[in-house]
Amino acid sequence: MSEPILELRGINKSFGPVHVLHDIDFTVRAGEVTALVGDNGAGKSTMVKSIAGIHPIDSGEVLFEGQPVTIHSPREAADYGIEVVYQDLALCENLDIVQNMFLGRERGKYGLLDEADMEQAARKTLASLSVRTVKSVRTPVASLSGGQRQTVAIAKSVLWDSKVVLLDEPTAALGVAQTRQVLDLVRRLAEQGLGVVLISHNMNDVFEVSDRIACLYLGRMAAQLPTKDVTHGQVVELITAGRSGDLGIARPESATI
Amino acid sequence: MPEEQSMTDTPTGEKAPDSGAISDFGIDTTSKSAGEALREYVAKVRGGDFGSLPALLGLLVLVIFFGTQSETFLTLGNISNLLAQGAGIVIIAMGLVFVLLLGEIDLSAGTASGVAASVMALHLVKDGNMLSAFGDGVFYITCGFMLIAAVLSALLRIWPGVVLPVIGLVILLLGVPPNAWIEMLLALCIGTSIGSLTGYLVAKVGIPSFVVTLALFLAWGGVTLKYIGQGGTLPIRNDKVLFNVANGNLDTTGSWVLFLLAAGGYTAVVLNRHFSRLRRGLVAQPTPLVLIKVGTVILLGAVATVLLTQNRAVNPNVIILGVPYVVPIVLVLLTVGTFVLDRTGYGRHIYAVGGNAEAARRAGINVPKIRMSVFVIASSVAALGAIVYSSKIGSVSPSSGAGNTLLFAVGAAVIGGTSLFGGKGRLRDAVIGGAVIAIIENGLGLLKQEAAVVSIVTGLVLLLAASVDALSRRRSAAS
Repeated sequence: MSEPILELRGINKSFGPVHVLHDIDFTVRAGEVTALVGDNGAGKSTMVKSIAGIHPIDSGEVLFEGQPVTIHSPREAADYGIEVVYQDLALCENLDIVQNMFLGRERGKYGLLDEADMEQAARKTLASLSVRTVKSVRTPVASLSGGQRQTVAIAKSVLWDSKVVLLDEPTAALGVAQTRQVLDLVRRLAEQGLGVVLISHNMNDVFEVSDRIACLYLGRMAAQLPTKDVTHGQVVELITAGRSGDLGIARPESATI
Repeated sequence: MPEEQSMTDTPTGEKAPDSGAISDFGIDTTSKSAGEALREYVAKVRGGDFGSLPALLGLLVLVIFFGTQSETFLTLGNISNLLAQGAGIVIIAMGLVFVLLLGEIDLSAGTASGVAASVMALHLVKDGNMLSAFGDGVFYITCGFMLIAAVLSALLRIWPGVVLPVIGLVILLLGVPPNAWIEMLLALCIGTSIGSLTGYLVAKVGIPSFVVTLALFLAWGGVTLKYIGQGGTLPIRNDKVLFNVANGNLDTTGSWVLFLLAAGGYTAVVLNRHFSRLRRGLVAQPTPLVLIKVGTVILLGAVATVLLTQNRAVNPNVIILGVPYVVPIVLVLLTVGTFVLDRTGYGRHIYAVGGNAEAARRAGINVPKIRMSVFVIASSVAALGAIVYSSKIGSVSPSSGAGNTLLFAVGAAVIGGTSLFGGKGRLRDAVIGGAVIAIIENGLGLLKQEAAVVSIVTGLVLLLAASVDALSRRRSAAS
């Protein structure tokens, strides 16, 4: 088992009177896929946004590679090597794959673009992820399928020597074959030594690619377990009730405010 | 779009022909054969990405139509006249392309150019004493406005938007004596100031650009009237330099030097890029197509230069020949603008904000700054257009820049293939579209059609172009 690359300890977050995250402990390990599951409103998105620096945390500690850090903005998160791929992907359809992958971080001198350098780097990254479905790196994103767009968005996030990648429901809008491609890609990210966090509602996906499952229930971390130690049913119970047998929160009823 | 689907979705059906460089990157191909490239282009057009194709076809139809209907249309004299007539609109349209790329609109570019033209002409006519030309109140309000414009640009750190208004302010306050170059600079400074105000209102205050520029369209028309006075006309044809901008020609040697510079420069840039891409194994067009493209440009340039260096005077006692100055002016603006849009990070960010502002924001792009800057560019370039069209007419009146100027300029950009929805368009669209509009106006004039017909036809062509834009958008969304 590898060292944790990103660790949350006792994170609390409130929006006004609403206490969204209660004493969250969460660990991401390099080379592993950690699935983050939970029902709607359990706090998955808030947690991701707190890690990404969009929402400042109220209390608690964030450790990155063992060092305590405070992240105030997405820029700072990116500087540490933490990248988030949001559900709506944020790609510019009128630009091609290379242009999208380098958007906002173009390479070149004095404001001039070094297209050759960017194109080669983009191709290298896509090749390292064994992406085989894209005809040309100069294809505009508008003419890509949903799965290909997801691939581009993920490839964009690993272009920057990133160490942790958070994926927000990458397969939610995809067909069977495309889901297959994206899950393979998620697996490959972990094999390359990245810490991957996969948010998903789809239990099949979660059990297929994840090494660990972290389950949020009403803003609390109900359990974080190796995937091979739990069953489908147990995870569903953890999601819906916060406990399953001796797993999960002791008396979930008292957890609500 | 079955063709397109099969092209992007086939997993490993097609074999990469020869790219052994990175073998594990599936079916990615870097060099295509000419046939493949053509098929791809056809698929692109069928997929709804027409580019400037409809405008080029329209141009061809118009030239054939007017060429057969009117005896004078294809004479050398008329063609060079056409260039000078269309140049003002084309230049304003090039500035508007920047705004349209963001999916915004600048309705005030026409009357703003009128303000720039009137200040330019007043400076010339009143010997540089703007205090007496404007009267105290108007003078200080104008100075205050330029100062505010500089401050607004400074707030978003758009430095050219600070420097130019300050230069303009200095020219006004010092009462610099008249000089054609000073006047042109002053017009540019006024344009930049106006753009700073528009841009700030849209980008930072957050008023929709349609409303801001509609209000300013009215206001600037009023300002031009106030500056010049009811019924006034300021002649600028007595100044050699100002008059020659749109009416003068390069001499024969100059014309050929221009041809060598333009064609040679184009060839060098295109071929150098093409072969360096091939060498480094990057995505490149097939070599025969690139050579054909370069050859066509050289050939057309040479033919045009040969024709324009013939004597085209109707009166046998005078000789008029040479490439009109407006040609290099438009070429320089086109080159610089295209370079900015295609080769700089700033240009890339304009396309990004136009394509998906939220994605651009998340990528760390300063969206308000980009949004404000395009209005600064549009108004500044509109001021340059004002110099050209004022020079063509030889005078500036309260109606300069009003009426159809703006609508023709927007029309030129849209007819050329710039999308009104943002994110799609190139500067050459403005040139092609501007040519369509200039030819309609000129050709119908030669056929002795009244102004009513000209307006109706131009309007219908614009409508057609906007429909093509909307349909192509729907088509590419459906694929």
